[in-house]
Amino acid sequence: MIFFNKSLYTRIGARTLNFFSFFAGITRLGIQTLIQIPARPYGARRVFEQANKVGINSFPIVSLVSFFIGVILALQTAYIMQKMSSEIYIASIVAVSLTRELGPVITALIVAGRSGAGITAELGTMTVTEQVDALQTLGSNPIKYLVVPRFLALTVMMPVLTIFANAIGIFGGYLIAVYRLSIRSSLYMNMTFQTLVYKDLFTGLTKTVFFGMIIAIVACLEGLNVKGGAEGVGKATTRSVVNTFILIIAADCFFTALFYFLE
Amino acid sequence: MAMIELLDVSKNLGGKQVLDHMSLAVEEGETKVIIGRSGVGKSVTLKHIVRLMEPDGGTVRVQGRDVMEFKGKELSELHMQIGMVFQGGALFDSLTVGENVGFVLREHMSMKAAQIDQRVKESLALVGLYHVENYMPADLSGGMKKRVALARAICTRPKIILYDEPTTGVDPITADAINLLIDELHDKLKVTSIVVTHDMRSAYKVADRIAMLYEGKIIAEGTPDEMRYSHNPYVHQFITGAAHGPITEGQSSIVANSID
Repeated sequence: MIFFNKSLYTRIGARTLNFFSFFAGITRLGIQTLIQIPARPYGARRVFEQANKVGINSFPIVSLVSFFIGVILALQTAYIMQKMSSEIYIASIVAVSLTRELGPVITALIVAGRSGAGITAELGTMTVTEQVDALQTLGSNPIKYLVVPRFLALTVMMPVLTIFANAIGIFGGYLIAVYRLSIRSSLYMNMTFQTLVYKDLFTGLTKTVFFGMIIAIVACLEGLNVKGGAEGVGKATTRSVVNTFILIIAADCFFTALFYFLE
Repeated sequence: MAMIELLDVSKNLGGKQVLDHMSLAVEEGETKVIIGRSGVGKSVTLKHIVRLMEPDGGTVRVQGRDVMEFKGKELSELHMQIGMVFQGGALFDSLTVGENVGFVLREHMSMKAAQIDQRVKESLALVGLYHVENYMPADLSGGMKKRVALARAICTRPKIILYDEPTTGVDPITADAINLLIDELHDKLKVTSIVVTHDMRSAYKVADRIAMLYEGKIIAEGTPDEMRYSHNPYVHQFITGAAHGPITEGQSSIVANSID
């Protein structure tokens, strides 16, 4: 009988332990990272290098995807709005959904898939080839040297990328509305900026700061905990992306609820 | 006072008792070679000395001080007194050879760029390498990587150098060149060294004393000649590389079931 299946209970127990040890791991690494930020040497050059890697290099793909999202959003909204002869509201819906929700989340998922996976693979390879151990024997703290620059770069670059994603997404919607649905350009822009309030932008961008932190900590934790050669690096990279995706959506749900009830 | 001392050190990794009340002392200026089969805990021993691992029990002392007492800046300073050469080199592959060798100088010492370059060149010259500063580690052969790793370890002019399998994975000629280097560095820099290896040619060549690690303990220790003519059956089997003997007795290894 299933109730007496010991291996099932063992499996559930092991999964539960894994779940809690994962959270303990990200909490510990998060705290250690915050403690190491003000420690010397500051390593500003490494932060800029990482900002370039995770921010500027992610810009083309983030732009492309958010442009498509803007176009899709405008077309899907047009489908229903045309039935109600309210096409003019397309601008408002595109602007609000992008800045509050889609811009931040899509950007975070792209950065997690692109840079998060890259960070885990890089740190994982460094771990299995003893480069992380070597770093310690050369008097450098791996958290200060490897985690802090990635954490700062992602925390700062996520909102920046999201601002561009929002603008490009709105531009995608604008092209559909103006050239496909014949809405006047000035009217579209007016409707966009009239609807958007400071709070929409603020709530959207606040979330992205936390998304950046989640991506950095999970990716670094999985990378530094790799065991067992190339296979271990592959498994850790998959786990890193999956766990980051789940945590980003969970955090998004939490912040959306928080901002909703605060309003 | 011994330069490095391990007293009753125990370590359990994943349910396996890797070190079991193991004790070892290395005198100042001595080159001690630790021999033993793969997976017997030789590298684990080195990792305890540089505090990459913490013992479950026992004490590890460097220059008379328990390494567990070192914290923060002091620990960094301890690390800078110990150069470690990892098995695969462990060179940072995002940095050039020059940046790898001068890593500590750039990160932790207020030296001018010209001074750092000079020291990097000197360290590379000590291991017989010239004009390789701008290469990336991926462009180097296995033997060169080991030399660069050695240059990186000696760049801070440490008092202690730990070698993890320095001749594994390189051809016999390069292996011999590395043995000569270990000897030369010992003479020129007057360092205390521990060399972990299962290559007996290398052990005889570089050792002042050889210690054999077996089942978590040092079971025999002596000069190369004492070990060569040891009557200890475990030592004898290992140094002669015999498939049959007390080490492999009762194990389902290649020797237990000979092919009929």
